Amino acid sequence: MSAPAPLLAVDGVAFSYGRHHVLDGVSMRVAPGEFVALAGSNGSGKSTLVRVALGLTEPQAGEVRLFGESPAHLKDRWRVGYVPQRPMVVDQLPATVEEVVSSGCVARRGWMRRPRREDAGRVERALEVVALTELRRTPIVELSGGQQQRAFIARALASEPELLVLDEPIAGVDADSQARFRDALVTRCHQDGVAVLLVSHELGAVADDIDRIILLRGGTVVFDGPPADLTAEGVSLGVHHHDLPMWLEHPR
Amino acid sequence: MSLPLPWPFDREYMQLALAAGLAVGACAPLIGTFLVPKRLSLMGDGIGHMAFAGVAAGLLMGVSPLWAALLVAVAGAVTIEWLRLRRRASGDLALAVFFYTGIAAGVVLTGLAGSLNSGVLTYLFGSVLTVSPSDTVSIVVLGAVIVATMLAIWRALFAVAMDEEAARVAGLPVDALSLGLAALTAVTVVAAMRVVGVLLVAALMVLPVGSAQRLARSFGATLRWAVIIGMGSVAVGLTLARAASLAPGGTIVLVAAGAFTATAAVDVGRRRGRPGT
Repeated sequence: MSAPAPLLAVDGVAFSYGRHHVLDGVSMRVAPGEFVALAGSNGSGKSTLVRVALGLTEPQAGEVRLFGESPAHLKDRWRVGYVPQRPMVVDQLPATVEEVVSSGCVARRGWMRRPRREDAGRVERALEVVALTELRRTPIVELSGGQQQRAFIARALASEPELLVLDEPIAGVDADSQARFRDALVTRCHQDGVAVLLVSHELGAVADDIDRIILLRGGTVVFDGPPADLTAEGVSLGVHHHDLPMWLEHPR
Repeated sequence: MSLPLPWPFDREYMQLALAAGLAVGACAPLIGTFLVPKRLSLMGDGIGHMAFAGVAAGLLMGVSPLWAALLVAVAGAVTIEWLRLRRRASGDLALAVFFYTGIAAGVVLTGLAGSLNSGVLTYLFGSVLTVSPSDTVSIVVLGAVIVATMLAIWRALFAVAMDEEAARVAGLPVDALSLGLAALTAVTVVAAMRVVGVLLVAALMVLPVGSAQRLARSFGATLRWAVIIGMGSVAVGLTLARAASLAPGGTIVLVAAGAFTATAAVDVGRRRGRPGT
């Protein structure tokens, strides 16, 4: 039996800002239901790779396929849920948690359509997954940084995407929120079959749940395989050991 | 023909002013609620100055100043937003360029038209008490179009205002929505010209929104409060203007500013009353 077609396929992508090469012939795949971590130190090109993969930035060489289409031509874009790096909470845009999460349904139902009953169900489920149901009517500015981050994850989940892409979602997040964040991702990935691409330089919270890890250094992929293979090299993904960040800087 | 309304709206000219004013009082804050979070509070001001150039061009060419202003304002607003979206210029720089070009073109065109006549002053400072029935119909129709459009697209505009990048990935037409909002802002400015004047039009887009943000705890409530305060400022402003023979445009904006000060004071009091603050 052949392997399922990847939801995301990046082949030989290159990108540079002037003379500074950020990505140099990067290839990667994310298959349905797979939990993939994309790790690398600061400046390794992770965020640029994500932007290229999602069609936010045009690559200067190589090809990107999202659900078999080029990102520019993908019609049902709601199939991708995206949590950008450090989403800004605009204090001049007062909104409740529920309003923020509901905004994730707009693209799927059609941007001029009024919310339908199934939208309410999707919002309800997304709030449950990130354990924010009780805070649904709270203005998002009154939440802690970790709770805000969970609300943005719920917004990305509200369209019930098949691929969830999260860029540095646990940077600066408290331990309790990290645990809830991990539960939310594992539920969506392992129970509901949602593919997850998690971009982070710190994987401690989800170290035991990752199917595959892709390591990026200096704009090239230096490792792509199961975490066990990395562990076999003596590299720990545990948050307290800080082995992975050190390994990325000084590979043995 | 006047309707049997109580003082101060017992006269036909006050009823026309009220109808035109309420239309503007509803749609200006509705638009402003989406401009303020994008730090484009002065967008209405910049577009107002371009609309002034349109009024002057209309007077010079002998065509309707209202429609000439609408054409220039929509073209300018869409260009400003296009430059911002393409990152060719920051929002405030693009606004400043169009702001000064608009007012300078208005002054030059007015000079060419003959003199700084009262027709121009009507649009600069507003003259809601002299709106004709046909002016009122135009303003109310423009207002109805703006409100109907906003009812259809406000959820998508909210998603874009929350996070432009995430909205783009989700497949929302971010560029089209942003350009559409800019065009609606221009239409609102033109509708409001006769009510408060191009120099004060941005105030009705911003002040009720600032007040509403201090009262509301959700986006839906912010929209509702902003519209209520906008329309309330018009009604109270017109009443005070008639009672004390004040300039109505300025009085309406002063009432909106008073509402902002009052809600800010209430907000400060509420925060001080909270434990630990």
